[in-house]
Order: sequence, then structure tokens, then C-alpha cells
Amino acid sequence: MTVVELAPASLFDRLEPLLARVNKPIQYIGGEVNSVVKDWERTEVRWALMYPDAYEVGQPNQGIAILYEILNERDWICAERTFSIWPDLEALMREEGIGQFTLDAHRPVRAFDVLGVSFSTELGYTNLLNAIDLAGMPLHAADRTAADPIVLAGGHAAFNPEPIADFIDGAILGDGEVASLQVSELIRSWKREGRPGGRDELLVRLATSGVAYVPRFYDVGYLPDGRIAEVVPNRPGVPSRVHKHTLMDLDDWPYPKAPLVPVAETVHERYSVEVFRGCTRGCRFCQAGMITRPVRERGITTIGTMVEGGLRATGLEEVGLLSLSSADHSEIAEITTQLADRYEGTNVSLSLPSTRVDAFNIDLANELSRNGRRSGLTFAPEGGSERMRRVINKMVTEDDLIRTVAAAFASGWRQVKLYFMCGLPTETDEDVLAIADLAARVIETGREVSGTRDIRCTVSIGGFVPKPHTPFQWAAQASAETIDDRLGKLRDRIRADRRHGRAIGMRYHDGKPGIVEGLLSRGDRRVGRVIEAVWRAGGIFDGWSEHFSYERWAACAAEALAGTGVDVDWYTTRERDGDEVLPWDHLDAGLDRDWLWEDWQDSVGEVEVDDCRWTPCYDCGVCPTMGTETQIGPTGQSLLPIVAVRQG
Amino acid sequence: MARQQPAQQAPPVQRLRIRYAKRGRLRFASHRDFARAFERALRRAGVPMAYSSGFSPHPRISYANAAPTGAASEAEYLEIALVRECDPAAVRDALDASLPAGLDVLDAVPARAGALADRLTGSRWRIEVSGVDEETLRDAVTAFLAADEVAVERMMKSGLRRFDARGPVVALEVRDGVLDLLVEHGTPLVRPDDVVQALGRVRPGVPEGLSARATRLRQGTLRDGELADPLA
Repeated sequence: MTVVELAPASLFDRLEPLLARVNKPIQYIGGEVNSVVKDWERTEVRWALMYPDAYEVGQPNQGIAILYEILNERDWICAERTFSIWPDLEALMREEGIGQFTLDAHRPVRAFDVLGVSFSTELGYTNLLNAIDLAGMPLHAADRTAADPIVLAGGHAAFNPEPIADFIDGAILGDGEVASLQVSELIRSWKREGRPGGRDELLVRLATSGVAYVPRFYDVGYLPDGRIAEVVPNRPGVPSRVHKHTLMDLDDWPYPKAPLVPVAETVHERYSVEVFRGCTRGCRFCQAGMITRPVRERGITTIGTMVEGGLRATGLEEVGLLSLSSADHSEIAEITTQLADRYEGTNVSLSLPSTRVDAFNIDLANELSRNGRRSGLTFAPEGGSERMRRVINKMVTEDDLIRTVAAAFASGWRQVKLYFMCGLPTETDEDVLAIADLAARVIETGREVSGTRDIRCTVSIGGFVPKPHTPFQWAAQASAETIDDRLGKLRDRIRADRRHGRAIGMRYHDGKPGIVEGLLSRGDRRVGRVIEAVWRAGGIFDGWSEHFSYERWAACAAEALAGTGVDVDWYTTRERDGDEVLPWDHLDAGLDRDWLWEDWQDSVGEVEVDDCRWTPCYDCGVCPTMGTETQIGPTGQSLLPIVAVRQG
Repeated sequence: MARQQPAQQAPPVQRLRIRYAKRGRLRFASHRDFARAFERALRRAGVPMAYSSGFSPHPRISYANAAPTGAASEAEYLEIALVRECDPAAVRDALDASLPAGLDVLDAVPARAGALADRLTGSRWRIEVSGVDEETLRDAVTAFLAADEVAVERMMKSGLRRFDARGPVVALEVRDGVLDLLVEHGTPLVRPDDVVQALGRVRPGVPEGLSARATRLRQGTLRDGELADPLA
């Protein structure tokens, strides 16, 4: 048995006087409905779960919410939450010598066994460094001792954790439900045995079991030209490739059941149910669609039970039916209709992040807005020209889009928002200018169908960043200048259109943040020095435009990479050859490298690939490698009728 | 196709006035934070709320005179409108159970005539000031009460504003190092931190309001130096 570890004292009494002096103190106090505080001494494994951004962004994160419930359901595990602290409170904490704390019991993060950090974007890396430092832990994993938690990264960015390899002890690839319990069990046995071999032995166990990727057990060799020569294990028993985790049967894991209800304001205030995980539409730019395969649906009855229980447990009024492409659920019409029936006459509203362009989505949208609110619909054609959409495998034609918006305008919708990307592989000015023509046609169609001039179309354009484990992982990223130049031309084209220009809104950002994201996405271990230099120069909250500084990143990168023979351009705007060893090649998302390469070649050749849910398998490699299979309905079941308890 | 108007919501049949407390850590909840938490608690508790009509219906709640962020309170008030007649005590208990600990519902009674806000014309506060000895505090209070006017400044949404903190103060005493303040509500509303700041103005040595911890003990209709229960 383990020795009982005494609970660390709560930091709250020391924090409290500081809270009166900072902005939005409510975000630091914890105690939300459905939050859990456990008796420290009665648990054996303790997790501090972190989303590396402010509470208002991090608390609604679905991954953290799921793990918080699953871990806390075990009586021997304690899971608490911690988020990034704004500079006003951080400065006071450093003055008073108070470390990074958890919200649930205001315990010091350093007292936990694991600091688990979920990254949905690489722009959270500087916040990771700041939290580690504020917790009083050594910044570099190599310098940590038995007194420090092990730092585990998860989330989509963990599929290439090489840029943060120096700062984390391990990375978990893929679904965390089962993996987090496996990690907990490994820690429990190691502690019960009296922590043999110390921290190093625990990391060996995590690595050899295959549950986590432990960067320190792999050596990276470089070629004279700066490319990677090889990545090889340096410990016996450590696998040469680390595989992702795939949760099969989402109906067995109906989480979150009772998510926390923040008192503070957050970015999403709804109860979200993941209706399926994974996506095989095959959009070539989409990392999420590549690394979360195969598609695994949650059944209609589980969804119905989760919605009812979740609303009751939280008091929320909005339900989000989440996934990468929710309208693709095999029973989405039944789910939306039956949920709309169930909550008819209450003030519960349903929402669907519906971004595929087809008329079917209009029926769904109409169903979801029975109460009459028909403000705007959002679609994501992603590419402006037909050619561009073939390159990215977004299989939708201009006529599809026009038919879809016509149906929307005929149903009473007045606003359409269209998402695009700029800087896609093979893109020319003409491909981007086609966005203006498309938007003009949308306005024209809307005016015709609705008989009113009160029609708006907003085009929202993001800069494309090539991501690991996608067919575009070899592609050259467009320079910030290219993006800015093309978007400038597009803006001029829209302004010059006197018939439609004023009905078209254009939203975009400059190309510079995308270059930093590109550096961090496809970076290797040498990029760690850049991240550290930026953090040391005061860089934090890089996802916030008021904190992000491109100039700081550029200056720190120039200095930190000096002498390596590589620079920011080398990581971003350089196209890679097929035989180059990529920093993440030893991390296995299940995708066959040859298939990815062929898909990249098909892209350039403008060849489209169909969805394997409805057409034969095209051998992306995931199912055979991972021992998984596509799980879709229809189940043919119905929601059980539930008598509405509310009126209003 | 013309846009369809949403259905009219059911009319209110009962109005309840509620007293609640903001205690402990939850004193750091802002008024907006409280309002959001309260609306969710209404739904979790299954209170049959009346909603406003229109495209975005919202529950009919009238808030009155909320305590500032960081101040605790035993006497916050609001009024809700229901579409069904309910037992006020049952509503109170259900709401209290649905709110996080620290936001505590203390009373619920059927509304009397007149607007709730009109019955809230004064507050009694307990203010703990740290970092100052009792004698200095007594001197400051004496000097403050002897003055006709003590100007203070506070950053408001409209910018830095200068106003008199003395006029609305009906009574101010020191007991065991703790201030007991009775203040009349006006515009701008003089708050405990304003009074602490004013004490520092008349008697240097009293630290700025940041180190003060305030709790509103009572709120009600100010008459002859006393606060009448606004729910009575």
C-alpha cells in the first residue's frame, strides 16, 4: 500500500485578498454547480486537468469536461481543473509567491501526480510554459524530480508534440477516455509498489505500455541540410512507433453527463452532445478529419438520454449537437425532429454546427428554428473556385451551393455566412477572386427568391495552415505577403461590385499569425527553443490578438534558430519531398503514409475521393492498423417520449 | 415569405419577491454573473417562469440595486413573474438548492403594491478595514462626520467620476475596529469603498478601499434613520 500523502494546504486564503484587485475574479473561485472536491488522502492518483487558455475559453472545452467526469467517477482518482491566469493576477501571485492552483480545491498544481494539458491549438504552447513555471516546476522535463507532476499533452496538437518535447513528459494520442484510466492505473501500481525507479521508471512504464509517447526516449538525428535523418528509441522496450487511441462504442461512454455550470461568462453556454466522432469526408486540409477516423456514431437513444439528463443537471437552455459534420449522422433527421418535438413549447433551443452545403441541411435548420428565429445560416465551401474545391476534396459544386441558398432564402432566411480559406496549395489569385463572384451570385439568388433586397452574405476567410497527418503535410504554406495580397485584391473586387458589394461583408485576418501557427504545427524539437525564447520575452495568450506579437515571434525565431541552418521559412513556406522524414512520422494516426502521399498527388491532379461510408474503402489504412471499423446506423430506434416538466 | 411572428408567451399570474445572500467566495460574482446563474437555477428548479414575448424570449426577472463585485451581502432583492401560482416557500427552497453554495435564497414572498426598487432606499453595511488601528479609524470617522462634503473619485463606465461621499451617509460608527455604515441610495450610489476612500481623504493613514471587506447586512426603506423590511 502507498503511504498516505497529506493534503496540501488550500491556497485560497492567500489568494482571496488578491482577487479583490483583479478583473473578473469569479473565474478563479471554483465551486460551480457539478464541480467535485475530493478528500485528497482518500485518493491514490491525482490529476490537474488544464486547458491552456483563460477560464472563459477553457471551461466549455468538451475534452476536459469528459475526462473530469470519467476520472472523478473512480473513488481512487481525484481530478481538478486549472486554467491560464491573466497577467493582472499572475503578477500579484508572483509577488506573493503563490503558485498555479486548481479551481476545485485551490490546491497547488505542483502537488498533483499529473498535469494533463489539452491542446486544440498550438497557440497555447506559451501558456503551457507559463503555467509550468508559475506552478514552481522546472521548465524542462529533464530537470524535474519526484516532487513534480508528470506533464502529459493531449488534444489534436498532441499528434505532433515535437515542438514542446522539451517541456512535456509525455503525449497521449487520440481519444482520452480509456487512455486516461490506463495512465491512472499505471501510476497507482507504481505508487503502491513504493515508486520503484522513481520518475524515470514511471515514464518507462508509460512508454513501454504504449499508452503514451515519451519524447525523451527517442533520439532525433539531423542531416547536414537540416532535415531529420531519423528518430529512434533510445531505451529497450520502447516502441518505435506510438499509436493513437480509438474509443469504440460511444454509447458506452455517454459523457459529459453533468458538465459544470460556470457562474462566470464563457464562450459557449450550451449543453453539447457529440453525435459522432470522426469524419471520412476526406477534406484534405482538415487535420481533425484525418486523425479521428473512423466515424463512430452515438445512437439516437443515447443522444436523447444525454440531452434530457444534461439539461436537467445544468439548467442550460441550448443544446448543441456536435461533431465534425453533424448533418452526416445516419439518423440526424430523426434526432432533430424528435428532439424538436420533445422540447416544443419550452424555451430549449437546438443548434447544429451545420457547415456542409446541401439542401438537406436547410430542412434541418428549419426544424431547429421552429420558434421562428431565422437569422443566419453558415456554410463552408472552403474554396472559392470549382477547381480549388476539387484540390481540397470539398465535394460541392457552385450549383449545389446556389440551390442550397435558394432553398434557405425561400424558407425565410435572410443571411448566409460562407467560410473560405486562402493560401491553399496550387491556389492562384483567380481562385480567391472567385469568392467575390460566388458571393454576388448568392446575393442575386437571394433577391430573386425572396423578392426583397434585404439579403446579406458574409464571407469569412481564414489563412490555410498545413497540418501534420494530412495530405497537405508536404505542402508549402503560402507566405503572409501572398495571403495579404490576395485578400486585398478580393476586398477591392467586392468593393467594386456596385450591384452587390454593399450586401457582402468580408471578414479576414492578416496572414502573420498563420505563419506562427504553421511553424508550431509542423515544427520539430528545434522549435522548442523558439517557444521558450518567446515565453521568456513575455509572450503568453498567443490566441488573443491583443497579446499576440508576430514581431516577437520573428525576432525570437531568428535568434533561437541561428546556426541550425533552418529558419521560419524552412518550416512553413517550403514544400517537402516524399522521402523526407517528417517530425511526426513515428507517431501513428493510423493513416498509411503512402495513401496520404497518393492523396496529395491526387489533390494536385484535382482528383476527388469519395466518403468511405457510402462507397468502397479506399485504403487510408486506419481501420486495419487500429483494429477499428466504421460504426454507423441507422438503428431504427426512436427517442422515448419524455413529459416536459417545464412550461413557459 | 413573410417572417412568422413567434407565439405570444403565457401572461404572468404571480409575482414573487426574493431576498438572497451573496456569501463567501461568491462575493466575487458580478451582477451579470449572478443573473446568469440565477436564470439557470430557475430552470434547474423547474420554476414556471413567465417569459417575455418576441424572437428571443427571456424570463421576467426584475433585479434591484445589486451589490458591487467583491462585496458580500445578506440583503439582495429581486422579483420574478410566474405563469402558475406557486407556494413561495417551495420556490425559495427549490431555488436555493439549485444555486451554488454561497448564492443563498433566504426569503420569497408574494409581491406587494409598488415597485420593489422604490422600497430599497437605503443600506446598512458592515465594513472590515485591515491595515489601520482603531484610533486612526475613529479619528477619521469623526472628521468625516464633521465635514459637509467629502469628494471621492471612482472609475465608472463613463470614465473617472468625482462625487460627494458624505451627503448620503446617515450614520457611521466604529465598533471593535469594524465600520457600521447606514447610507441612503442616490445617484451615484455611494458604496462602502467610496466611504473608505473618503476616510483616507479626511484622515491620511487610512488605506485605500482595496483592503476593505464589506458585507451588506440590510437593505430597505429608509425612514427616521431605520431600514424597514422591503418585503413586509
